[in-house]
Amino acid sequence: MQYEAVIGIECHVELKTATKMFCGCPNEFGGEPNTKVCPVCLALPGSLPVPNRAAIDHMVRAGLAVEAAIPTFSKFDRKNYFYPDMPKDYQISQFDMPLTQGGVVKYWLEDGTMKSCRLTRIHLEEDTGKSTHAGSGDGRISGSTYSLIDFNRAGVPLMECVSEPEIHSADEAVAYLESLRRTLQQLGVSDVKMEEGSLRCDANVSIRPVGASELGTKTEIKNMNSFRSVHRAIQSEIARQIAVVEAGERIVQETRGWDEINGTTISMRSKEQAHDYRYFPDPDLVPMEITAAYVDALRETIPEAPWKRFLRYTQSYGLNVLQATQLIDTQPLASYFDAVVAASDNAQQATNFVLGDLSRLANESGTPVWLSAVSPEHLAELIVLVDGKTINSKIAKELLVRMWAGEGSPKALVEREGLAQTSDPAAIEAFVVDVLAANEKSVNDYRAGKTNVMGFLVGQVMKASRGKADPALVNDVVKKKLEQ
Amino acid sequence: MSDSIERNAAEIARGVNSGAFSAAELTRSMLAHIDRTEPQVGAYLSVLHERAAATAARVDERIKQGERLPLAGVPLAVKDNMCLEGTRTTCGSKILEHWTSPYTATAVQRLLDAGCIPVGKANMDEFAMGSSCENSALGVTRNPYDLERVPGGSSGGSASAVAAFEAAIGMGSDTGGSIREPAAFCNLVGFKPTYGRVSRYGLIAFASSLDQIGPLTRTVEDAALAYDAMGGHDPMDATSIDRPFETTADGLRTDLRGVRVGIVREFATKELGPEIDALYAKAYRDLEALGAELVEVALPTAEYGLATYYLIAPAECSSNLARFDGVRYGLRVEGANVHEMYERTRAAGFGPEVKRRILIGTYALSSGYYDAYYVRAQKARTLIAQDFAKAFASCDLIAAPAASSPAFTFNAKSDPYSMYLMDYYTIPMSLAGLPALSVPCGWVTPPGGASPMPMGLQLTAPLFAERALLSAAHAYERATGHAAAQRPVIAMEATQ
Repeated sequence: MQYEAVIGIECHVELKTATKMFCGCPNEFGGEPNTKVCPVCLALPGSLPVPNRAAIDHMVRAGLAVEAAIPTFSKFDRKNYFYPDMPKDYQISQFDMPLTQGGVVKYWLEDGTMKSCRLTRIHLEEDTGKSTHAGSGDGRISGSTYSLIDFNRAGVPLMECVSEPEIHSADEAVAYLESLRRTLQQLGVSDVKMEEGSLRCDANVSIRPVGASELGTKTEIKNMNSFRSVHRAIQSEIARQIAVVEAGERIVQETRGWDEINGTTISMRSKEQAHDYRYFPDPDLVPMEITAAYVDALRETIPEAPWKRFLRYTQSYGLNVLQATQLIDTQPLASYFDAVVAASDNAQQATNFVLGDLSRLANESGTPVWLSAVSPEHLAELIVLVDGKTINSKIAKELLVRMWAGEGSPKALVEREGLAQTSDPAAIEAFVVDVLAANEKSVNDYRAGKTNVMGFLVGQVMKASRGKADPALVNDVVKKKLEQ
Repeated sequence: MSDSIERNAAEIARGVNSGAFSAAELTRSMLAHIDRTEPQVGAYLSVLHERAAATAARVDERIKQGERLPLAGVPLAVKDNMCLEGTRTTCGSKILEHWTSPYTATAVQRLLDAGCIPVGKANMDEFAMGSSCENSALGVTRNPYDLERVPGGSSGGSASAVAAFEAAIGMGSDTGGSIREPAAFCNLVGFKPTYGRVSRYGLIAFASSLDQIGPLTRTVEDAALAYDAMGGHDPMDATSIDRPFETTADGLRTDLRGVRVGIVREFATKELGPEIDALYAKAYRDLEALGAELVEVALPTAEYGLATYYLIAPAECSSNLARFDGVRYGLRVEGANVHEMYERTRAAGFGPEVKRRILIGTYALSSGYYDAYYVRAQKARTLIAQDFAKAFASCDLIAAPAASSPAFTFNAKSDPYSMYLMDYYTIPMSLAGLPALSVPCGWVTPPGGASPMPMGLQLTAPLFAERALLSAAHAYERATGHAAAQRPVIAMEATQ
């Protein structure tokens, strides 16, 4: 039987703000344990939360970027449960009136197919501290004799983003995550680094026979620390579930952890604890009224969506998927590229220079393209010079190196140093005549059938013209003269 | 100097600011008096000898430098659910018995900035849950007017301290009547401002949407001075109201001409017995004699106040008190794993009333019961607030009893419900967030009682009408002078 996987992704994204969600402690990754704490984020008796406006701005912007609706009214709720690294033993979260409603993540696959996945919800909450279990040897809680808690992360603003179960393969899951990551990164609302935990995700995976509309029993996969492990974990889980069903057994609803080393998921909690979180509106925080003017002002700050940019690059500019993705994933480079295209009106040449020569220079020097001495306007000038056959591509490459070194406008350099390409047939013919006269042996070799000396002769002509001769024209003239 | 400890806050501030006496001198006398009186009264869980002396020296230094402070040298009792840096802050609970706060509550800090001297941390019902102070896990506090009787609660320690001249200002917190009822029991003025007027930052929460800090004092003027010093917006409390703050001490009137006082139809006092009924009838006539126009108003939903309160307050407390888990601070009783540690810690750390309310609140918020209990209670709360708003369309203030009886004897209210009923007249105002106070309105001798006990008249104003409220209370206090009719029974000889 053929099976279809049905996958939903739940992400937790730490928002990038100067301070934590409800207090003035710095929101920074790392640091000595318990050095970024205060009465509020330690939940000392009597302390009270005060919401961070920047985090709310981030949420609304993220919502707008995924085309979510922004309601006029929102509030914070308490999610009550006991957990040692959650200082208040409740988490301030959002239950029935989050800051954004709905939304859709559009993403593309490696072959360029556009896909989309609707969002069930995005809401704002606070992160917990981190526990370290000691005495068990392997860091696991089982067998440990005591635990240490670092509250530096407690109270960091956290966005929870839950997708609908509309993803059907490991490839799609990763493409979805990449799209979400680049969207949030470009908004500047998060560092979205899985290795630092500012992006964490779980996957809900089930399978069903192709064509079935009912959902199968799902498992929740945790402990995936990179997009690569997300891919591997989902693939492995789909295969496991198919094997279970094929063996005539039933899938158990459970939480499974991804074991990176053994490449398999392992049952963590077979019996889901029926948690009653006793959500209720947080009486320490007043409800938020969100005005249209506020939303409109934030809307102005939303950059072009990555998927729209992708369509523009691939459909209007003719870039391939890899080139488009490469540009989009480095947003300042994409902006640079857009500026070059706008000024030169030649997307193909802009792509060649930006992803080719300039990127190589950037790699060699360690300076990113968009911070280099080559401004988009100067690069556009260079492209126009090449397009208009004022210079040939060899001169262009040389000029680019000099521009990188800070020599400024290529147009000015060409004019000052008389580097404009020579396309005057008479002048070129004069160079050719001189070169052929000085290289009688090569001429004879050519006429004896050794046509490969042609390249050498063309090179000599180019050299004589100090590179300025139009190479195509030189080629024609040399050939014509040799075959006379 | 010998009578200085009996001075009111306004008199003390005048004396210290003018150099008639120093904060240090007064503090010395006060601490000596506290040390003599405390064995009888038990108002404090900790007396801050060094802290008070050091603060007094700094206040004197500031006066010497030419500063004038509105509450210079005024001895202050801080209820033990308010944080004062470096002091034990217990909430009257075993679970926080040895916890020292590393920071200071905003309201406390503002009183210190105004020149107050913190002389002690006052006893209270555990986590402010109770109406007699008997729910304290850490000590017994007695009523200075009859040591066999309770001081009221939950701010019983602060009330007892001010009544026994162990402080001039007591800081209380009022969730359903915890300032007004002990004030009535101890012959004091007890004032609960509009919800949001005084910062809750540093007040250990019982029920966040109801808790409000306010003063207990021997005069209305002192209450006004204390309120003016502690009130106003605080960026550390998101529920603190950010709108212009109206001072009150400079606007106290001596008559009630042009003031319409609402008498609540549903709060008839007949069933409180003929003596109390007559006392309130007299109180209302006295208001009229001062120029007030009495009008009857209706609060038809007020009778649901108690039921509403005993869903909302426990629901919030069940969540607020979750943090006392033995992980980071306070009592920890070890267990085989973290869950057993939680259970043992909370079983040993919380008293029966606190556990009862956590259980009620957890139940009220549980899935399947939430709509029937919590949501309905919130709707009832809205209706009660709307009733008040309607009533205030035809009156400027509402007069009512502060409590249904004078202070009772220890262990007299052994079943929880009879204790809850003590707050019958104060809870509706708390649910509506309104400013309300209790001012002494006469004395009754309870059956079998040794001496006359004070009663309180509760005045309630519309939201933010603190100035009108205190002004009216001041006029009534001046005209009637009930507070001065009796003296506390504690031994004062040694200081006189």
